[in-house]
Amino acid sequence: MYIIDRRLNPGGKSLANRQRFLRRAKAQIQRAVRQTAGDRDITDLERGGEVTIPADGVREPSFRRSGEGGVHDHVLPGNKRFVEGDTVDRPPGGGGGGSAGGDNGEGEDDFRFALTRDEFLDLFLDDLELPDLAKRRVATVETQGMRRAGYTVTGSPVNLALLRSMRNSLSRRIAMRRPKPQELLLLEEEIDRLEKAEGPSERLTALRQELEQLRLRTKRLPYIDPIDLRYRRFEPVSRPVAQAVMFCLMDVSGSMTEHMKDLAKRFYMLLYIFLTRRYKHVEIVFIRHTHEAKEVDEETFFNSPETGGTVVSSALREMQRIVEERYSPDSWNIYAAQASDGDNSPNDGSTSAALLRDVILPVCQYYAYLEVGSDSDRMQTGFINHKTSLWQTYETLQEQGANLAMRKVNHRREIYPVFRELFRRRDAEAGARVP
Amino acid sequence: MSVMEHDNLLFQGADWDFGTIQRINDAVEKIGVGEMGLDVYPNQIEVITAEQMLDAYASIGMPLFYKHWSFGKRFALHESSYRQGLMGLAYEIVINSNPCISYIMEENTATMQTLVIAHAAFGHNHFFKNNYLFREWTDADGILDYLDFAKDYITRCEERYGHAAVERVLDAAHALMSHGVHRYPRKKRPDLRSEERREKERHLHQEQTFNDLWRTVPTKGAAAKPQLSDERRRALLELPQENLLYFLEKSAPRLQPWQREILRIVRQIAQYFYPQRQTKVMNEGCATYCHYRIMTRLHETGQISDGAFLEFLQSHTNVTRQPEFDDKHYGGINPYALGFGMMQDIERICTKPTDEDREWFPDIAGRGDAMAVLRDVWANYRDESFISQYLSPHLIRQWRMFHLVDDPDRPDLRIEAIHDERGYRRLRRSLSRHYDVGWSDPDIQVIDVDLAGDRRLILHHHVLNRTLLHKDDAQRVLQMVANLWGYAVVLKEVEPATGAIFQEHVAHPHETLF
Repeated sequence: MYIIDRRLNPGGKSLANRQRFLRRAKAQIQRAVRQTAGDRDITDLERGGEVTIPADGVREPSFRRSGEGGVHDHVLPGNKRFVEGDTVDRPPGGGGGGSAGGDNGEGEDDFRFALTRDEFLDLFLDDLELPDLAKRRVATVETQGMRRAGYTVTGSPVNLALLRSMRNSLSRRIAMRRPKPQELLLLEEEIDRLEKAEGPSERLTALRQELEQLRLRTKRLPYIDPIDLRYRRFEPVSRPVAQAVMFCLMDVSGSMTEHMKDLAKRFYMLLYIFLTRRYKHVEIVFIRHTHEAKEVDEETFFNSPETGGTVVSSALREMQRIVEERYSPDSWNIYAAQASDGDNSPNDGSTSAALLRDVILPVCQYYAYLEVGSDSDRMQTGFINHKTSLWQTYETLQEQGANLAMRKVNHRREIYPVFRELFRRRDAEAGARVP
Repeated sequence: MSVMEHDNLLFQGADWDFGTIQRINDAVEKIGVGEMGLDVYPNQIEVITAEQMLDAYASIGMPLFYKHWSFGKRFALHESSYRQGLMGLAYEIVINSNPCISYIMEENTATMQTLVIAHAAFGHNHFFKNNYLFREWTDADGILDYLDFAKDYITRCEERYGHAAVERVLDAAHALMSHGVHRYPRKKRPDLRSEERREKERHLHQEQTFNDLWRTVPTKGAAAKPQLSDERRRALLELPQENLLYFLEKSAPRLQPWQREILRIVRQIAQYFYPQRQTKVMNEGCATYCHYRIMTRLHETGQISDGAFLEFLQSHTNVTRQPEFDDKHYGGINPYALGFGMMQDIERICTKPTDEDREWFPDIAGRGDAMAVLRDVWANYRDESFISQYLSPHLIRQWRMFHLVDDPDRPDLRIEAIHDERGYRRLRRSLSRHYDVGWSDPDIQVIDVDLAGDRRLILHHHVLNRTLLHKDDAQRVLQMVANLWGYAVVLKEVEPATGAIFQEHVAHPHETLF
């Protein structure tokens, strides 16, 4: 008998099967994931979890008898009072005496199973794409790095390639027949022996001569010659940057209610999850503004109340300053999302527009403006063409061809669709527009 | 407890290590092979974790298998119910291979490992090696190599022809898996040597009976090749054919060679599992009987402690529990309970027969050597024949069985037979029929196809008890058959006695699929 311990074997043997399963039921799972996402808190989004899909999509049909119609019979244990010929009322629902239909264990119910966090997010963010990622990457978002590239004959001592140098030295010594120390040693011993034994002889002189020559040769052929030396060579290479910074701009003046801030927060979190999926390193900068702007931490950003007027350009200026100081557009992908209820002081409109057009938008990969409204405005917006001052400002910018995305959101359940719409894959969008 | 007895114990407490397993195996082997005369393949015991057990579940218990989404689905299903605590895992999985591989879980206590080794590594193992169905249909020596080949082959197909194309073939093949087995052994294909010998004999015969006169007998000129008769055409295609996968593999006109090979792989695997479906009661009965005998002997000889024996009894009674029909836990007849009950009953008949037993089982009643009878039973029967032969009136009474018939033409259900003199044989017959796979699977056959004409494939479902096929499923499967066949397929549900057609399903192939 053999006993084999398999416990340390790598698990996950059916991972490939699982992937095939997810691919097979992708459409249904994705629908389920979106539905779940709607019900969930944003903070829960990062977790995986159970989803339910209709069993029909992953059914494995076979030729089998239907449970209805025809004569069925059962042999059952545990008779208590029946005798032959008795009749029993048919139980409601058609099935036989308790056991009918039990054979095919798979019910027609929904199919429920758990997704891991990664699977969940993958499906959740599946057909979303960061705008203009490709273009920017080629144009500017690159950094210089060094890469090993063979050997060179010049270089600094730290880059000395020892192994390669010694190999060269050895081959040169063999090729030039540099005497080995051992040969010299043997010769010396031989001479010693002869000297002690016989005194001067012809052979001794010959040997001495030979030794002399070999020593000379050893001196002429150094153990390591500069010609042997090799240095590790590096060459500069440009690498796309896998880091991004996300600017969260929010109006915190008195007119922004808790509800509006909550909407904004949800949007920022989605954006953050999304960016972390695409970039190795994501930093967030929170800028809040009233009539003046300040960079703050997250806690203050969302929670501490502030009063004052509303000057949007102050926030834009602050952002410009931070970009110049810390986030050079050459090495950072810059994303900005601005949330506001749409108020702006009347004389700030043109300043903001100019700042955005000339300074901010050119350095940004993407600029999204999210106008948050209160729950109760929902009905109004449908009927009355009410445009806030900020919306009007940005709209004119957009008409001039600025790369600016703007949406209006009133209720938390609209956040996710709006987000999807903003980041939908370009080709999908293009395809939708054709007809 | 004396010191002697104490020293005799195989293990103490619940912990075990590989030394313990070895000792347990040796002790169990001594009883199983030495006293009970079991004949087993060499054992290979593999210790696995719960997660690996779930993995094994997903691939029908086999250690390696090709990849398909349905296994992923099964895994997800098991995993989520396991995580929620709705489902316990089996203590073991055993594979019909040579050497016989048994998986045991690391969480099991030492007692449970003993039970599992007795049950799987000796009970099931003996059954696999000796039962005629397994000997006829499965190749224990080659199965793991074959699965390895299948896995590689399908992976290569996926690389070459794409996941989607392979998946479509596999889906279709899986749907037909229950109709992809040969139920009767076919004529063995003659090998080269016997063929040569026959050729030589024929030659010799011709030489001996040679008469040159025959050459001079006038014959008619070669007649024009006659139109193949319908009969002949069907015979050439081996029709009617109930092995749908085999028929499609051999005769579907438009399949690529690799698609045929995939059908063949699925068919071989279905054939490998076919005996297991037919011997559930016997297989489990045999294994349960063995572990019960072995554990009892171990306890009698003081090799396991009273506590361990109680632990064993508890899980043994759990496994062999049969809820009654009106119990809310009732889920059909428990094969462990029925199998174990019948094996014990046979033992009783052999050793302590009553007059009734002598009348019903004259061959074995009072034979004394129960193990010899049981070994013979395990080797030569399957569930259906086993029950129809060996279910005794004693057991029917003990279980208080009755037979209930649900005829849609009658307003209520009728009790046809109960555990009395008039009912024994009828009960036994109807119960054994429930275990006849040929009876419980719908009987579907390829009846005809005109390969020279429109190539429409005609299938018949021979309806039994007026129970038709599940309509939606039948239509889906038929669509897959049509895709494989490449031309239209029609399935007629026929009453075999009268030839009346209840229903007809038609499917046309999706041209784009293959």
